[in-house]
Amino acid sequence: MAEMAASGQKPDVLFWVGCSGSFDQRAQKITRSFVKILNHLGIKYAVLGTEESCTGDPAKRAGNEFVYQMLAMQNIEVMNGYGVQEIVTTCPHCFNILKNEYPALGGKYRVRHHAQYLQELIDQGKIKLTDANSFKGKRITYHDSCYLGRANEIYEAPRKVLELLDAELVEMKSCKTKGLCCGAGGAQMFKEEEKGFIRINDARINEAVDVSPDIVASACPFCNTMLTDGVKGKNLQATVKVFDIAELLAAGQGLEGI
Amino acid sequence: MSTIVQSICFILFVGGCSYIAFRGFRFVYRNIKLGRKEDLTDQPGERLKTVLLIALGQKKMFKRPIAALLHLVIYVSFVITQIELIEIFIDGIFGTHRIIYNAWEHIPALRGLYVFAINMIEVLSLLTFIVTVAFLWRRDLLKLPRFNMPELKGWPNLDAHIILVLEMFLITNIFIMNSFDMAAAHGKYGFWLSGMLGQNWEGLNEGLIEVFEKIGWWGHLAGVMAFLMYLAYSKHLHIILAFFNTYFSRLTPKGYLPNMPEVTREVKLMLDPNAAVEPIAADAPTKFGAKDIFDLSWKNLLDAYTCTECGRCTAQCPANLTGKLLSPRKIMMDVRDRMEEVGSIMDANKGVWQDDGKTLIENGYISVEELRACTTCNACVEECPVNISPLDIIMQLRRSLIMEDSNSPNEWNGMFANLENNGAPWQFSPQDRLNWEKE
Repeated sequence: MAEMAASGQKPDVLFWVGCSGSFDQRAQKITRSFVKILNHLGIKYAVLGTEESCTGDPAKRAGNEFVYQMLAMQNIEVMNGYGVQEIVTTCPHCFNILKNEYPALGGKYRVRHHAQYLQELIDQGKIKLTDANSFKGKRITYHDSCYLGRANEIYEAPRKVLELLDAELVEMKSCKTKGLCCGAGGAQMFKEEEKGFIRINDARINEAVDVSPDIVASACPFCNTMLTDGVKGKNLQATVKVFDIAELLAAGQGLEGI
Repeated sequence: MSTIVQSICFILFVGGCSYIAFRGFRFVYRNIKLGRKEDLTDQPGERLKTVLLIALGQKKMFKRPIAALLHLVIYVSFVITQIELIEIFIDGIFGTHRIIYNAWEHIPALRGLYVFAINMIEVLSLLTFIVTVAFLWRRDLLKLPRFNMPELKGWPNLDAHIILVLEMFLITNIFIMNSFDMAAAHGKYGFWLSGMLGQNWEGLNEGLIEVFEKIGWWGHLAGVMAFLMYLAYSKHLHIILAFFNTYFSRLTPKGYLPNMPEVTREVKLMLDPNAAVEPIAADAPTKFGAKDIFDLSWKNLLDAYTCTECGRCTAQCPANLTGKLLSPRKIMMDVRDRMEEVGSIMDANKGVWQDDGKTLIENGYISVEELRACTTCNACVEECPVNISPLDIIMQLRRSLIMEDSNSPNEWNGMFANLENNGAPWQFSPQDRLNWEKE
């Protein structure tokens, strides 16, 4: 972003990478897949890079409003400084807080999650799959992210992306409004679970396994981590793969192997 | 003479019961007003639509179609039975008998309508009786999990049974009243169900028939009055508050958790000591987050009184489903119980609050462990048929734990420190933010 601004250019959209997409090794792959799609379509995007900070979501949901608002105000200052208007992000938590909670602090942008963004590109006919699309006939089940689904009522966009793959879409017992959480939200990602008889991500993977999918698709890097851990816990990593919708779409376009 | 005595008895009885009921409702209203101010009066059109769809139309109930259908029978039956209740009231005050039927003697169309209405009431009453038995069945014999959780032990379970038994009592008395009336009038009203029942009474002594008709009439009235007086102390209050609660629904996306303006002020001053900030309002909260019912919004308190303990929230809660202590229904019940406790202390002290040294957190109410287990997934909010938000309460209590008490798990303290020092929840340098570019 800084380079673009220095040379007087204005990006079409700011890609908000998020902490998971920046630092988590597994989520970095999601970031790269999404960027490959953007590059392939010649979309002029920018990232804040080292100027990006956590949106403050985990602090806010844990109850620490101070840390959240400090981070939010820094981010807003940076973005308003660059005159940012459009944001796309691959993280539903960043999406929710940027879209719903930043405006009252002075950060007013048009914010989209990458599921919506990709669906728009598909609707515009811009995304073409290669004939070698290897997902034909594969069983894919989509796990609803709480912050995309119930929090913002986005249920169809990620499914539209998956439909393009010509795969066999199967729904888990709990889906859409009844989708079962992966267990990461509300800053749970950053602490041990309370005492119970099963971990939430293991319970979710049990539901996924019930519909015997080849692929569990998600649209959230944190869900991805939790589901991947769940699959490993059941020793199923050879038969059940966890992918983000951006990774699947990038592979379907032949931009990368999977 | 006897009509006058009867009218006086009626007016005294109804008046006395109504006064007791009024006191109960006043207690509830005063308790709700103990909450913090929150303006939820914008977009009246949208709010009215929500009431029509969610409360009147029962839209969210139909996520569980069978339960919704059973509930709909009782609901429609309750609404339509008010027609017969209006007649009971007029007859009671003026000492008349079946005033509506007799008043329309020369207007066959209206009289026909009246008979049709009573017939509908009877059919629905019979169905409601069956549904009530079904509700007892699934609660006590099928032992549906959501009706057999720890938070329902004791009073809540008794409350549920009192309501169901009282409903059966009401219906039984409608049929006693109507069937003996049909027998006394040799079937002239033309009610189908009570007519069939009444045929069995026709051989009885006329005086006895009249006595039984009176028993049914007074019995039904007594049942209605008992319900009215009981409502303020029961989860059954939802039949009234559901309409208010849906009207005052939060119309923002479920994911939206409002920022705290009192924190914004502090943070602005922290980032720039010369920042122009609003002066602190006189009625601004004096602490961060909520520790007790006084710190919650009045809407949170209305939510608690509206909750009818159906447990749909808890049945979808990921924490509860995996064996954690958290149950969103219990959150609502605890808030209500604490309100009742605070209210009772105030009443015993001429309406003035005297600190009892307790709060809503721990003290036998909501434990820290419960609060910690929430994933903020909104499943409870989505499920509630009357738009209650347990999550909103959980979040305010969490804020208090962290910002007032510094009560936080070590892992979270580490996360907060990382966020403050390097802008990420993990210990990575901001300089590495572009490392994803390297494959």
